[in-house]
Amino acid sequence: MKKIIKLENLDCANCAYKIENAIAKLDGVTEVKVNFMGQKMILEAPDDRFDTVLTEAKKTAKKIERDLQFLIKI
Amino acid sequence: MNKKEKKLLKRILIAGFVFLLALPLHYREAAFNVLGWELFQSPVLDYIEFPTFLISYIIIGWDIIKKSLQNIKNGQVFDENFLMTVATVGAFFLGEYAEGVAVMLFYQVGELFQSYAVSRSRSSIAELMDIRPDYANVKRDGNLVQVDPEEVSVGDIIVVKPGERVPLDGMVIDGHSALDTSALTGESVPRDVFMGENVISGCINQTGILTVEVSKQFGQSTVAKILELVENASDKKSKSENFITRFARYYTPFVVYAALALAIIPPLVTGQPFMTWIYRALTFLVISCPCALVISIPLSFFGGIGGASKSGVLVKGSNYLEMLSNTEIVVFDKTGTLTKGNFVVSEVSAQNMTKEELIEVAAYAEDYSSHPIATSIKNSYGKNIDASRIADIEEIAGHGVKVMIDGKEVLAGNAKLMKLKEIKYNDTTPVGTVVYVAIGGKYAGYIQIADEIKDDSPQAILDLKTVGIKQTVMLTGDTDVVGKKVAAQLKLDKVFTELLPADKVEKFEELMAQKSKKGTIAFVGDGINDAPVLARADIGIAMGGLGSDAAIEAADVVIMTDEPSKIATAIKISKKTLRIVRQNIVFALLVKGVVLVLGALGYANMWGAVFADVGVSVIAILNSIRSLNVKKFNKPVARFFP
Repeated sequence: MKKIIKLENLDCANCAYKIENAIAKLDGVTEVKVNFMGQKMILEAPDDRFDTVLTEAKKTAKKIERDLQFLIKI
Repeated sequence: MNKKEKKLLKRILIAGFVFLLALPLHYREAAFNVLGWELFQSPVLDYIEFPTFLISYIIIGWDIIKKSLQNIKNGQVFDENFLMTVATVGAFFLGEYAEGVAVMLFYQVGELFQSYAVSRSRSSIAELMDIRPDYANVKRDGNLVQVDPEEVSVGDIIVVKPGERVPLDGMVIDGHSALDTSALTGESVPRDVFMGENVISGCINQTGILTVEVSKQFGQSTVAKILELVENASDKKSKSENFITRFARYYTPFVVYAALALAIIPPLVTGQPFMTWIYRALTFLVISCPCALVISIPLSFFGGIGGASKSGVLVKGSNYLEMLSNTEIVVFDKTGTLTKGNFVVSEVSAQNMTKEELIEVAAYAEDYSSHPIATSIKNSYGKNIDASRIADIEEIAGHGVKVMIDGKEVLAGNAKLMKLKEIKYNDTTPVGTVVYVAIGGKYAGYIQIADEIKDDSPQAILDLKTVGIKQTVMLTGDTDVVGKKVAAQLKLDKVFTELLPADKVEKFEELMAQKSKKGTIAFVGDGINDAPVLARADIGIAMGGLGSDAAIEAADVVIMTDEPSKIATAIKISKKTLRIVRQNIVFALLVKGVVLVLGALGYANMWGAVFADVGVSVIAILNSIRSLNVKKFNKPVARFFP
């Protein structure tokens, strides 16, 4: 499953890359792309594990940028 | 500025004010010498100086310190916040209060500026791409209701009044008007639309009221597709961006370890005081963030893509924008790409009569037919045809027609017709489709029909050469004579004719082998029947995006109009963007490197370090925003649209 997640308050470009690298290392993540200028993230993980992976990803991201808010697009 | 930014600005101003109060306290000896105020000799000041600086420091720096502690708790130690904290707290410990506060102040100013510049860029692009229609006027039960465009279904009837933006793709069923397509195509000349023609969402209706039958839902409309394309373009990272990301990952730890080494080793080895070297190590920490590069590179590409779309060129990824700037070979399809794909009379050769007379005869002979060839001859004639002069029309399939005009027998058709009727015709005629005419059994001449070259094709090829393209090549399935003629007219470097679709791929691969390692090869087509070659090319460029979903889907770069001249525009924009990227990289690395060396040797203090960090960021960001400015690439040209 591939979903686009809007990242509000993503202000630091360095953080965007750190987040992308950190999430890429997570178990279950088949693809992740963080678009700093567009303030969004594309996350891909197996259908049955998607929700758990997403929660982990959000946690990881918040460790790097505390103020992040997530908005899941279709 | 948003709320967060405004709060930060307030803190900067307050802390800055307190800092300015504290400065004369710090330099009170000089202040006394200059102003002579007794105040500056008061012993109380000894106790006030530190707290004042401290207050200023806390106002401006509390959130950085807090973030660094929180991040350490989460396992993230070496981030900007921590390094800034260590550097400034270290400065305080060394008694350099003013420098500690100044570093933190400037750092926050830099953060504010970065944040502001990025939000402004984002909203600039959003404005540029403000082609999103807000509403549609739908006919419901005889009334006109204003609704969200997403609520309109296929087949619904909408009305677009003058001044309104066309909300959905559809066909005009009543009215005629002129449409401003500049937001999508970059063209300043409006397009006329009449009943029966299609309109594209995103254009602004100018003169007349249009009643339109909706053909696509909003999500599938041209506007929605373009917006999505531009939004997602920054997903695809360029090589430059990838390089910077990898570089940043190594740069920060390297500088930190170098700082540690600097703080410990030289004093141990040389016996010099630790304080001196710790101070130098702190300046290292201030420069340890690669922020300038990490923000300015994506910003430059973002601006470049936005600028391109403003010019009517949709670039689907930052990587394609980068590749465009390295294009060495451009390969074109002929029909529909460099030529109009229609038929017009291109040459008339008459025997024993004037050209006009021959055209007239041929037009009368072809009156019965609606074939494009017949149409082009009739168009060339231009006058009304008096059907009473025509009699006994006999169509000879695969050959042509025999007809009586003004009582005389006229033959009009291909070479086979001439051979069949044993007419001695001029066989040395070459190119394209030819209609031979014989009157009363005698050869009267021929009319040649050819595909017209687009008005801007010659200029397009010229522009490409000016921009540095090493080879311009055309691939066509058309005859050798036609292909070579077009190539000569356009001054192309190479042409390959009479190619079957599979041959095109083969030829393309041969050409690919000729580019240099860094160079890229682009293929330009109309997207519909060029899919295999488009896929092989580094950059697939499709034209006629306005109204062609196939073109938009198939290519990496979509030109919204039919103009090949936009390719050179796209390349110019890409080169400008890459120039800006390179300037930023060189500038940032150079300044940081120099300050690092100077700092190690003791010639740079924290002020220099702060400039190397914040100043460089600010300059790089300002430079990046230039990529949005594409005015000089889009000179207004008056064009006629049939």
